[in-house]
Amino acid sequence: MTVDQTTFREALLNPEAARPDGLSDGKGRPAGRRFDVYRNNVTVSLTEALEVGFPVIRKLVGQDNFKVLAAAYLRHHPPRSPLMMRFGADMPLFLAEFEPTKQTGYLPDVARLELAIRESYHAADADPISRSELEALPPEALIGSRVRLASSLRLVRSPWPIFSIWRFNVEEGAKSPEMAAEDVLVARPDLDPVPELLPSGGAEFINALLTGATFGDAMDEASEASRDFDLPAVLTLLVEMKTMIEIGG
Amino acid sequence: MLDATTHRFARLPDAPGVGYKPQHFSEIVDDAGPVAWLEIHAENYMGDGGRPIAQLRHLSERFAFSVHGVGLSIGGEGPLDSEHLARLRHLVDWLDPASFSEHLAWSTHDSAFLNDLLPLPYTEASLARVAEHVDEVQEVVGRRMLLENPSSYLTFEESTLTETEFLREVAKRTGCGLLLDVNNVFVSATNLGTDPISYIDAFPIELVGEIHLGGHDDDEDDHGAPLLIDNHGREVADPVWSLFEYMIGKSGPKPSLIEWDNDVPEWPVLKAEACRAAEILETANA
Repeated sequence: MTVDQTTFREALLNPEAARPDGLSDGKGRPAGRRFDVYRNNVTVSLTEALEVGFPVIRKLVGQDNFKVLAAAYLRHHPPRSPLMMRFGADMPLFLAEFEPTKQTGYLPDVARLELAIRESYHAADADPISRSELEALPPEALIGSRVRLASSLRLVRSPWPIFSIWRFNVEEGAKSPEMAAEDVLVARPDLDPVPELLPSGGAEFINALLTGATFGDAMDEASEASRDFDLPAVLTLLVEMKTMIEIGG
Repeated sequence: MLDATTHRFARLPDAPGVGYKPQHFSEIVDDAGPVAWLEIHAENYMGDGGRPIAQLRHLSERFAFSVHGVGLSIGGEGPLDSEHLARLRHLVDWLDPASFSEHLAWSTHDSAFLNDLLPLPYTEASLARVAEHVDEVQEVVGRRMLLENPSSYLTFEESTLTETEFLREVAKRTGCGLLLDVNNVFVSATNLGTDPISYIDAFPIELVGEIHLGGHDDDEDDHGAPLLIDNHGREVADPVWSLFEYMIGKSGPKPSLIEWDNDVPEWPVLKAEACRAAEILETANA
């Protein structure tokens, strides 16, 4: 009797499946619930990885529900890589389709924000340009320039108040969320990612820069999207968050 | 042959080490006690930058490092993941650790990664496959690796070799060294009803480049027989310390690691475990 790894794996991931034959307790008796040690290790370790990656989703749905959700997630989306730091990338999609969560429209976008924070944490380091370097550029030169932004920068846009929901669940005394669309910039001014709520037009501006537009074109797009677009405020935020790496033609 | 003079730490010191946890960073810098080296799980340091890499760069100035992989799936039926091997090569290249080790286990099958160290039968076929994988790892990573004995909860009826025969033969075919996890020896022996002392006596101790010590949990099987779970979640158990003393008595001092990966304690608790290992290592020196 041989037990191949396909058989072993199928029985591991499906708690209702029979345990494979051909495994023993070392004393001639069938392995029985000894096999469940592996089942339990797989479920517990992968659930913990999701708990670490999605602390706010866990708080929003509650610990017990999160365990149920995680068990379903890891059956449908088992990790494809040994890097646990990347596990859970399908969570937004999963939350939008999973029967118990699909009515809660903001959950997928909150999960996207948590993924963005995690990606930012592990992103490459870079030397940002300073405020004085930016100020040394004459305005007309800046208008025609493009910028390389830090790879730790993420932009998350949502029709839901995802920043307020996130903050309410991680910061003591943060005010409770009110219905509004919110755009969030995630950047890493030092070693920890910091989410910041973007003012109106900010997301259009940063998105344009990310796709290679000049400052001038990005400004036009932002002003078109929002009459209140405040260029100095967004530039200040980008510099203070140390997101600009290189400015050039 | 690698030139020892180009390496800050050419080998792990025959002293206690601990599994590095980021929450201990400042305390390790301020007061490492007898801890002379640190071990990391390779997969946690495969990001592009940020805090994990920054801490590692800083600590590697002062401490020898052991890179311990948990995701290569050397015991897997399928081929090794070449992307993962390349990431490992990159980490080993820049960190230049004193040691690199992995497990006699599998964790990936048909591209699904199961995040556990799963068991394999000990047969001529699995031996050939593991030896091939170890060859490939050593080739790509560019250095000799250590292969660790697993903790077992069950056995495969198809097995034709003992675990020590299997490990000895892998080492003979590939030139790899071995990592002896003394807690795993105790856990497996208890679970399978064998004698841990005989296991160590049969183990090729001249090939041991590192020792692991960790905590386990108690459970029982369907028949009420003890079933120990290797969970790295508490102090090293007394019988495991005794087994460690026995091993060190035979081998002399070796780099010896305290592994504590779950319910990670405050630094003083972990340091106290390292002190206990240091005392035993010193008696072997005397």
